[in-house]
Amino acid sequence: MDIFGIPIQAFLGQLLLGLVNGSFYAMLSLGLAVIFGLLGIVNFAHGALYMIGAYVAYLGLETFGINYWFALVLAPLVVGALGVVVERTLLKRLYKLDPLYGLLLTFGLALIAEGIFRDQFGVSGQQYPVPEALQGATNLGFMVLPNYRGWVIIASLAVCLATWFLIERTRLGAYLRAGTENPALVQSFGVNVPLMVMLTYAAGAGLAALAGVLAAPVIQITPLMGSNLIIIVFAVVVIGGMGSILGSILTGLALGLVEGLTKVFYPEASNIVVFVIMAIVLMFRPAGLFGKEK
Amino acid sequence: MSSVQQPTVPKVATPPQAGAPVAPATDLDRRARWAWFAALAVLVAAPFVGLYPVFMMKALCFAIFACAFNLLLGFTGLLSFGHAAYLGAAAYATGWLVRSAGWPPELGVLAGTAVAGATGLAVGLLAIRRQGIYFAMITLALAQMVYFVCLQAPFTGGEDGLQGVPRGKLFGLIDLSNDVAMYFVVLAVFVAVFAFIIRIVHSPYGQVLKAIRENEPRAISLGYDVDRYKLLAFVLSTALAGLAGSLKTLVLGFATLSDAHWSLSGEVVLMTLLGGMGTFAGPVIGAFTIIGLQNYLADRVGSWVTVIIGAIFVVCVIAFRRGFVGELVAWQQRRRQGGD
Repeated sequence: MDIFGIPIQAFLGQLLLGLVNGSFYAMLSLGLAVIFGLLGIVNFAHGALYMIGAYVAYLGLETFGINYWFALVLAPLVVGALGVVVERTLLKRLYKLDPLYGLLLTFGLALIAEGIFRDQFGVSGQQYPVPEALQGATNLGFMVLPNYRGWVIIASLAVCLATWFLIERTRLGAYLRAGTENPALVQSFGVNVPLMVMLTYAAGAGLAALAGVLAAPVIQITPLMGSNLIIIVFAVVVIGGMGSILGSILTGLALGLVEGLTKVFYPEASNIVVFVIMAIVLMFRPAGLFGKEK
Repeated sequence: MSSVQQPTVPKVATPPQAGAPVAPATDLDRRARWAWFAALAVLVAAPFVGLYPVFMMKALCFAIFACAFNLLLGFTGLLSFGHAAYLGAAAYATGWLVRSAGWPPELGVLAGTAVAGATGLAVGLLAIRRQGIYFAMITLALAQMVYFVCLQAPFTGGEDGLQGVPRGKLFGLIDLSNDVAMYFVVLAVFVAVFAFIIRIVHSPYGQVLKAIRENEPRAISLGYDVDRYKLLAFVLSTALAGLAGSLKTLVLGFATLSDAHWSLSGEVVLMTLLGGMGTFAGPVIGAFTIIGLQNYLADRVGSWVTVIIGAIFVVCVIAFRRGFVGELVAWQQRRRQGGD
């Protein structure tokens, strides 16, 4: 059976791959949006944190024999702790300044991280094995689904939805949303806003690291994997608008799918399709699909 | 979550205004003028006192690039995070026209500049629809698109780039393969661009740009068509960045992917920030510092160059936001106030 002359197996395979990429976009743009909301900082280092997450998993396995499941917990903790240090020592000095300085500072941090890892590992990629329990594939009748890819999609969707629930439906999330609107007022009600800001950055960093561990077995781990991704995620954020959590998730997944489709029909354009969509969205809806007009 | 910025966040930490009339300090002006002449004298004498001409030309090209960028960031308050795209587009256009189509160098450079300006017009039309941080993200994303075009287009040589671009003869007369001749052409262009930018900033148009930088809503309410001013500034800046890229291709004889890469977009921000954004001399000093540093470190520390550049970035943002020239101006102002 063919779709527009393309075997359905290949077609669905690319769609699946697109969905996998899309779930990484979703997780990263979610973290970016939450951090931007509370800290007013566009975290360029988000890609670097994702990269470090993948390397924590890789080094954990190579050096200490830490398995995949444990790495899923360990990497977000390590990177989250790193996030705490960065926020306490550097970012907190910028809150009274124009957000552009936050972008520049985190850009510098991303360069530092990338340089250090490139010195240690070079630019050629490292491989991370698929954990034993998720090896193999399942025949769904209409297509063969590699188990690991299915797991990535399900796991990252679950994480995204849990984040959404935390922010939109719990008391902690209410503090967080209030802090985004008016930090001074929330502080005067007795909420420890600086602590909340610190933990938010740490959580965003941990989310990026988690995405890094999930990605490790399906991609080449390289020091450059973060910066290549973060620019696409920026475009995703511009397309979706940073106004809504669900919007970030949906936009991320949808753009992953579109990218997958482009790989099927016109592979040469698959690198730029997200940017083209961004340009089109800017023309007709400058505030983004889910953003509010000022 | 709301993307609305908290109203409590103060606007841009204003860069020091070198162009603004400070006080009737003729003494200071005279000293500044001497400094300009001294700097120009050094640049003219450079090839005769043993400074490596290719290095000087490269640094001058990046100085043009940083000055063009500063016109946007320092004097209009727009952070474009994708300026390498215009330098790269022009570098490839000039490289291809001069090498494969056999154009003379002066036409090649003009065409490269025009290509960069046209790219800038297309990007600018989209990017000025958003402000602040979104503007930075959009310019970065569209620049990445230009990068992929440079990577995949049939005439750009892919990963290898365009190699062996001849310098040719300027107006059919001056043989540019002579490094000293090439150097003086680059120097002349640099001085012209520098003077042009000073002229723009001091013109009524430049004053409007500064008004936009200081308070965009106010500029709008005063009746200025802010978007048109911003777009023109963007096109001017990108065209001049392209001029830098075209010259660079002639000087070095190649155009490569690193000319269009986002890391170069970051470097030009750093050059401007380190030298002093919103000052005239700052980007030049910043460009010479960064290019000199990279040149010096390249074969000594390997990948650590990136780490060092990143660390300078962090230090600049945390503790040195006014840059060399900005700190100098602030120091002199403090001293003058102390002396009065």
